[in-house]
Amino acid sequence: MAKMNLLQAINNALDIAMADNERVVCLGEDIGQFGGVFRATSNLQEKYGRARCFNTPLTEQGIAGFAVGLAAQGAVPVAEIQFADYIYPAFDQIVNEAAKFRYRSGDEFDVAGLTFRTPYGGGIAGGLYHSQSPEAYFCHTPGLKVVVPSTPYQAKGLLLAAIRDPNPVLFFEPKAYYRASEGEVPEEDFELPLGEADIVVEGADITLLAWGAQMNSLRKAADLAEAEGISCEVIDLRTLLPWDVKTIESSVKKTGRLLVSHEATHTGGYGGEIAATIQERCFLYLESPISRVNGLDTPFPLAHEKEYMPDQLKIYEAIKASMSY
Amino acid sequence: MGDTPNRIVQPVFITGADLPIPTLSLLRADGSLREGAEVPSLDKELAQKMYRDMIYIRVLDERMIAAQRQGRLSFYLTCTGEEAAVMGTVAAFTQGDMIMGQYREQAALRFRGFTSKQFMNQMLSNNMDLGKGRQMPIHYGSRALNFMTISSPLATQIPQAAGYAYGQKLEGLEACTLCYFGDGAASEGDFHAGMNMAAVLKCPVVFVARNNGYAISTPTSEQFAGDGIASRGVGYGIKSIRVDGNDILAVYAAAVEARKLAIANHEPVLIETMSYRLGAHSSSDDPSGYRSREEEDKWREKDPIARMKNWLIDRSWWSEQEEKQALESYRKEVLDALKSEEKRPAPPLSDLIKDVYDTPPWHLQEQYGALKAHIDKYPDNYPATSGEG
Repeated sequence: MAKMNLLQAINNALDIAMADNERVVCLGEDIGQFGGVFRATSNLQEKYGRARCFNTPLTEQGIAGFAVGLAAQGAVPVAEIQFADYIYPAFDQIVNEAAKFRYRSGDEFDVAGLTFRTPYGGGIAGGLYHSQSPEAYFCHTPGLKVVVPSTPYQAKGLLLAAIRDPNPVLFFEPKAYYRASEGEVPEEDFELPLGEADIVVEGADITLLAWGAQMNSLRKAADLAEAEGISCEVIDLRTLLPWDVKTIESSVKKTGRLLVSHEATHTGGYGGEIAATIQERCFLYLESPISRVNGLDTPFPLAHEKEYMPDQLKIYEAIKASMSY
Repeated sequence: MGDTPNRIVQPVFITGADLPIPTLSLLRADGSLREGAEVPSLDKELAQKMYRDMIYIRVLDERMIAAQRQGRLSFYLTCTGEEAAVMGTVAAFTQGDMIMGQYREQAALRFRGFTSKQFMNQMLSNNMDLGKGRQMPIHYGSRALNFMTISSPLATQIPQAAGYAYGQKLEGLEACTLCYFGDGAASEGDFHAGMNMAAVLKCPVVFVARNNGYAISTPTSEQFAGDGIASRGVGYGIKSIRVDGNDILAVYAAAVEARKLAIANHEPVLIETMSYRLGAHSSSDDPSGYRSREEEDKWREKDPIARMKNWLIDRSWWSEQEEKQALESYRKEVLDALKSEEKRPAPPLSDLIKDVYDTPPWHLQEQYGALKAHIDKYPDNYPATSGEG
């Protein structure tokens, strides 16, 4: 075990993936010698050469299209989109091309090796265009896997699994945790399974569900509620598509209550999908309406970032409301 | 930008006129060679195969449009008028080179050995379609023939071709990627992104811009203001050439050189083939609403197939007798294939959820189970699949 922050865990996972398989290639804006604007790819060009870790021109649609072609050829590209806020020019290549590559060809061709990494989320005073959480757009697309780690340990294990998964994976990295979160991470090669949620804290009264950058607020809220005698079961979803319905379903059948929280805007957010599915499966077990504590339906603000965020107090209040419903 | 030796002290703007782009043209319309033109190295066997495949495609296109009009196909799209642009390029490449096309390059598939039955199976979305009946007619693809499955969104294959070629280079393969697109697709952002990335990252890819004058109804005069597509290649730092797309020898000569450059130097090359879409955009289109008969007739006189035929006959590599026999046999081959393959059933219902992922996850299995139960309840409403076990 070694102490790593989330960025170091990502860098370590990329290093291991590149050493393990010479077909793994990292590409993106400023990721070469510079190591990326957040330094997630530090020293990789030095170690594996320019051919396998390289800067691209400043074109997200180009990066995505190029990575799709590279993956179709049999390489294992890990493409970085510098900020998730800038992934939209690549939207067509991701949802119309990568996601449908295997299906539309009848499995004649695929982009099995493809992974997109991108930092997402607020908390860094980034305003509209350095704070977004666009995961729901991609969860609406069959053919993609969507993964969001919340700790250095998860970041390494899930990224290695994502790179080796035989499907295109979008890997959203909570940039607010890049340096803020530190933890023990195995130094060796290991994978965490995609599609499996993690029960972080077991509890009896209410299930709290979130992922990625929302986990800290969720855990703090659980602590506040615990002090009031409310026992919270805290679950980290980790993979959004396909998601681990069984774990959530059995937890809610036990607690009778569910709260879902994400930074992304409320309307059309992924919490709505989870709420709908869980009420279908757990209707007779529910003691209160499923609660959603999300970002507001505004563009991501700057001056009012603190007010916008679904912080621990908002979650805490929603827990109490659910308990006293 | 470092030292700039080429300084001026007055604001003089450069224009396209400062970079006139010539057009490579070897054959006259009557099939005779232009003065000073040299025939590219092309043996009789290959020349005949190219010609045969071109007339096969003309036959296929005619028959399939007719079949579409009879309601036997939902949709079709012809290559008519551009057979030489496609055949002259694909013939210069080897089977190991990947082809990433737009959707009007069926001649390239035929050249590589796609059979009449394979064409039919795709167009009829039946249980023998390699694509499992998932895409509209003409969206062919074949791993065995290194022909990437066609996708409808335009120009997406351009940055993909750059990436594919980069992968070939990384693997040390003696191979490149051949990428086709049209004059309309070249207005998409993916065109710019793909060309630029191919140039900067030195990808062994040959881009073939089929400039056929129209994007559905929009003429090139309303598509771009610059000098066609070739002029843009120069801006990206890509070796570029414009050729008479109705002149099979010119296209072939350019393509042979382009492939050599791509493989030897690991660099992209752009070929712009100047031609004309003699047919409608697709079976859903009627060109009489946007262009004149006279214009079409003018181009019909430059028919690339007639031109190659004249050249072949001139060197006694082809005869009217052979032409007649070939056309008869192709018509029969196409019609026989249509008749036999349209009897095939649709792909099995279970294919519906396959290949979304490598294996169907829980939610797809659940949805499939629910669908199956529903079909079992209302079998008459879903006759294509209700009979399955």
